[in-house]
Amino acid sequence: MNFLETFRVAFEAILSNKVRSGLTMLGVIIGVMAVILLVSIGEGARTYITKELTGLGTNLLIITPGKTSTSGGFHPPSAGTVRKLSYDDSLALRRRAWLLTDAVPIVFGTGKIKYENRGRDTSIVGTTNEFERVRNLFVDTGSFVSQGDVDSKAKVVVLGRRVKDELFGEESPLGKIVRLADARYRVVGVMRKKGTSLGWDIDDVVFIPVTSGQELFDTDGLFEILASTPRAEDVERSIVQIKNILIRRHAHKEDFTIQTQGAILETMTTILGVLTAVLGGIAGISLLVGGIGIMNIMLVSVRERTREIGIRKALGARNRDIMAQFIVEAITLSGAGGVVGIFIGVGLALAIPVFVTVLPTSISAWSIIMAFSFSVAVGVFFGVYPARKAALQDPIQALRYE
Amino acid sequence: MIELVNITKTYRMGSMDITVLTDIVLNVQRGEFIAVMGPSGSGKSTLMNLLGCLDRPTSGVYYFETREISTLTDDELASVRNAKIGFVFQTFNLLPRFSALKNVEVPLIYGGVPARQRRERAAPLLEKVGLGERMQHKPTELSGGQQQRVAIARALVNNPPLLLADEPTGNLDSRSGEEILKILTGLNGQGVTIIIVTHDQDVAAQCKRIINLKDGRILNDQVNA
Repeated sequence: MNFLETFRVAFEAILSNKVRSGLTMLGVIIGVMAVILLVSIGEGARTYITKELTGLGTNLLIITPGKTSTSGGFHPPSAGTVRKLSYDDSLALRRRAWLLTDAVPIVFGTGKIKYENRGRDTSIVGTTNEFERVRNLFVDTGSFVSQGDVDSKAKVVVLGRRVKDELFGEESPLGKIVRLADARYRVVGVMRKKGTSLGWDIDDVVFIPVTSGQELFDTDGLFEILASTPRAEDVERSIVQIKNILIRRHAHKEDFTIQTQGAILETMTTILGVLTAVLGGIAGISLLVGGIGIMNIMLVSVRERTREIGIRKALGARNRDIMAQFIVEAITLSGAGGVVGIFIGVGLALAIPVFVTVLPTSISAWSIIMAFSFSVAVGVFFGVYPARKAALQDPIQALRYE
Repeated sequence: MIELVNITKTYRMGSMDITVLTDIVLNVQRGEFIAVMGPSGSGKSTLMNLLGCLDRPTSGVYYFETREISTLTDDELASVRNAKIGFVFQTFNLLPRFSALKNVEVPLIYGGVPARQRRERAAPLLEKVGLGERMQHKPTELSGGQQQRVAIARALVNNPPLLLADEPTGNLDSRSGEEILKILTGLNGQGVTIIIVTHDQDVAAQCKRIINLKDGRILNDQVNA
């Protein structure tokens, strides 16, 4: 019996009992839908994180004070015993580490910014003019902190868009005097609107010269140094170069940590990858349950059609013809369920970001292919036992069956 | 065409062996028209199943044409049934979801005949048994006599040399039964070997040879005058 004929027979059998076939398929539909939906949510999170981290600037190296053994993740604040990173360290890197295009010193803190009678608690970043380039953040109007500002510890401030909106509204802030802590700062620029990245509102921040920042926060250390190298292949060599320079300056002790954007990205994507796999796996279990439903129905179907099996055998059907008929029927059930599940799953994955904006989804071809092949495999696996049972029926017994 | 040599069939029921057929010796020539008779439990159906290659004997040898049937595998038996034997059952045994035409095509499907040829071969047979107008009807839309005629068309579609009929008129009113018998007689006239299992003396009376079974043995085997 050729394949087309087998398929037609299976199809007719399925159509002859629509409600039952539909309910059987429902198990597979829900399973496939869940796999696609959950994987697309996991993948969506991963794509989002990757995009955000890449948006921070590529080939970025982050040097933080204190030594930790891990290569990624976040670091505890430095203990008192370690030597701090200094502004001079960043200058030394800029001068001598020729693989780096930039070495940007950063101090970071929070404080109150006031203009006339309005105030706002915001993040304060002390940095240099190179910050713009390294972090892909640019001024919209006015200018950023300049090298001259850094050298002269100028009291100038660049406002994030949100801070500007809160304090000044529609008014132009350029040249206006604001108060940071108790010091008077002159506004020289406003940043371009950037939005939230990884839970941090980049627009809710102000920038001042790093030297002024050290004075403001009463420290001679740095929060971190951001360095960048133009080519991804140079990242490893840059790390060596940075280490050589800083170790020599730090009494031959490696009391700092260099993280690369790539390493952070890798850690994050690994975590999210595992998460996606776990979600997909849980959804896969529901697919398995759907498969058991198929086996159940196929067993009932074999029993109901015992006589048909007997007739077919009397007319010359070989055992493998009967086997093929029932396996194809099981596969058709699970495959059709798979296709419907794919459509519903993809539909929901497309609909979710529209209604739940914080939940990005990304539909990946591999999850569709995997869910579909898994559903077909479920049909084969759970179809074999009933089909074998059908194929091995004794034709005489089967013909007598009422 | 058929030669049975010392055929015995034993079924195992629990711990007991039940012998249904004992030492059956039988020769059937091409073109014969035979009635197998006997009371219930005499072994008629078992003999039919053996002749129809649905079952294998416990001991003894069964030659169908030149092949020794008792040694064949399940699949080889299936292809013998498909090509060499047509079955007509008391309960018709049509596939309920298929049209008359599709039912007649089933043996051709398992014989590997392409779809178009199947139709070309099945349709004339249905016309021949007088169902040319009802090819697309499902079995439930046909009378008993019509269903049995579909079954006969199905049995003939592969041009088998042997036709086995198990109480073919048993579920039919007498008029339909006569029509069916007429068709069978006509087929025998065209050279098809026919073996009918029946209770019915009137049916047996139309056959050329009558075999009487009792308790699993051949009681007598005579030419019908």
